[in-house]
Amino acid sequence: MSQHQMFKFRLFIAGDTQNSVQALANLTSLCQLHIPKSHEIEVVDVFRHPKRALAERILMTPTLVVLAPSPVRKIVGTLAETQPLLQALRLGCFA
Amino acid sequence: MKSAAPKYVGGAAKAPTGITGFDKITGGGLPHGRTTLLEGGPGSGKTIFALQFLVHGARKCKEPGIFVAFEEAPNRIVTNFETFGWKLAELRKKKLFFLDAQPTPDLIQAGAFDLSGMLAALEAKSEEMGARRIVFDAMDTILTLLPDEAAKRRELYRVHEWLLSRALTGLITAKVGGDEENSVGKESVGFMQFMVDCAVILNHRVDLGVSQRNLRVQKYRGSGFDENESPFVIGQTGFDVAIARMLGRVDAKVTNERVTSGVKRLDTMLGGGYYRGTSVLITGFPGTAKTTLSGAFAEAACKRGERTMFVGFDSDGAEVIRNLTSVGIRLKPYVQNGLLRMVSARTITGSAETVLVRIKALAKDHKARCLVIDPVSTLSKAGNELTAHGVAERLLDWSKADGITLVCTSLLDEMSAPTDGGTPLQISTLADTWIHLNYLVQAGERNRGLSIIKSRGMAHSNQVRELILSSSGVTLADIYTAGGEVLMGTLRWERESAERVASEVAAVAGKLKRVSLDAEEAVLQVRATSLQTELEAKKVEKTLLTRTTESRQQELSRGHTTMRELRGGDAAAIPGRQRVP
Repeated sequence: MSQHQMFKFRLFIAGDTQNSVQALANLTSLCQLHIPKSHEIEVVDVFRHPKRALAERILMTPTLVVLAPSPVRKIVGTLAETQPLLQALRLGCFA
Repeated sequence: MKSAAPKYVGGAAKAPTGITGFDKITGGGLPHGRTTLLEGGPGSGKTIFALQFLVHGARKCKEPGIFVAFEEAPNRIVTNFETFGWKLAELRKKKLFFLDAQPTPDLIQAGAFDLSGMLAALEAKSEEMGARRIVFDAMDTILTLLPDEAAKRRELYRVHEWLLSRALTGLITAKVGGDEENSVGKESVGFMQFMVDCAVILNHRVDLGVSQRNLRVQKYRGSGFDENESPFVIGQTGFDVAIARMLGRVDAKVTNERVTSGVKRLDTMLGGGYYRGTSVLITGFPGTAKTTLSGAFAEAACKRGERTMFVGFDSDGAEVIRNLTSVGIRLKPYVQNGLLRMVSARTITGSAETVLVRIKALAKDHKARCLVIDPVSTLSKAGNELTAHGVAERLLDWSKADGITLVCTSLLDEMSAPTDGGTPLQISTLADTWIHLNYLVQAGERNRGLSIIKSRGMAHSNQVRELILSSSGVTLADIYTAGGEVLMGTLRWERESAERVASEVAAVAGKLKRVSLDAEEAVLQVRATSLQTELEAKKVEKTLLTRTTESRQQELSRGHTTMRELRGGDAAAIPGRQRVP
């Protein structure tokens, strides 16, 4: 896997609820650790943009949508468990 | 069972579900602006109930709704429910929104999460379309994704709070719970039961191979409700909950109008026929002409031009028509012109409840004013005996409420004595008129006897009549009682012909007597005439005699005078001369 590949994330959060705050923090630190400088994170607050949540069928928060590299995947939860996410991003070998 | 309809005056506002029976049980529907839990096992009808609630709201109550589908794709739901005729596709444009909330199978879980996202999305949507009702179908599906009991409770609480704060009428269905003990996730459902304002349990069980569906309201905060299990069926237009007798619903259309039974003499026995809108029960053993009697009623109803439905459990409609033709009851023309609908109920399978619902639907569709069910006792065989009685009761109730004149026959158990003739369904006590047919075996013959056991509100004959079937029709004949013995059939005929002979003999004898009297009279007449003539002759003779005597006397006196004159007698000596001046 190339280090130069861009990772695009969209994180749906529900305001500043505990789970959402944790998820954002976990995602940021994970990216810093594994894929620094090759990631983009878009944060969408479902309370402010409920239509987007509806459009993308976001039922649970926090939900992380991995837009790139393809395929698009959805990961729900605080991301406190890093292993599933790393496996999904095929970053397991670097962990 | 609550004997009277509970009074719900001043209770909480209700959101009608459009399921007639359910709205009656709960006095109006689900609690408005509150949350209801609908529990039930697989295939118990939760989704149908929930969707019907939304459809009714959207179509009849100006309350648009949202359906959150956790388990099934909305498009599949819409396709599946097309058969109910709810026009979902049309409603979907504006008044009904389906949220596809099926968790994707490749969903990756990494830590704790909550349902805020869904609620935020729903909030936006409900504000946009002004939704007042919301259904979470198969809530348990999403709950299983949550790691522990505490998280499940927290999310349920979140949803509940959200519903309450938005004053939405919520309905949460859960595949678990119900009355079964070993259900999955009992704990969280148990929690839900305490949390919600109303809980409804659907169950679906099989008794002796017959499916029975029941609905029970477990709790309803701030409202009275019927606490019993009520049978329901999923019919052609959706849910149909059967309800027990509700006071104040019947007795609406009491009339004094009579309808003929189709047999003239039976009408006479009843003092004019059945009352319109009442129920008539004809009981009897097999072959006692129950069907014939009910066929006569159907024919008479069609002759009046009333729409009639004949439900036959025993034989096919065409067979019934053919068989009845042999006794002069011609139903075929009425079937052809659409007045009469023959329903062969052998094809209706399922519990007694299902049969009743089908009959009701068919009768409604046919706009029947007269209904024949032959025999109604089949109901107790189709399902279990426990529910059949309730079904028969509701059948009578319904026909009365709708003003339908109902004639049902009931087969009696051959073992039971004809005297105690109760029916297996015990509807003999509910029916307004009860006609009993039985056999009388005498002198090597079996003859049919008819008697009216009861007929509410009308004078009726207490006598047994003989029922005679012939190719020209159905008639009743008086039976002969001689020396304490009842005579029917040939014995009656013998008796009748003996009497006929006797009366003929008497008539002839009378004639003879008259002739001889005439003759005697004539003779006397002649004698009277001859005597009269003789009398006249005597009279003439008498007059003649008188006249002769007078003239002789005159002659005699004249002779004396002349003689005296001739002799020159003394004038003084003649007395006659002295007086002459």
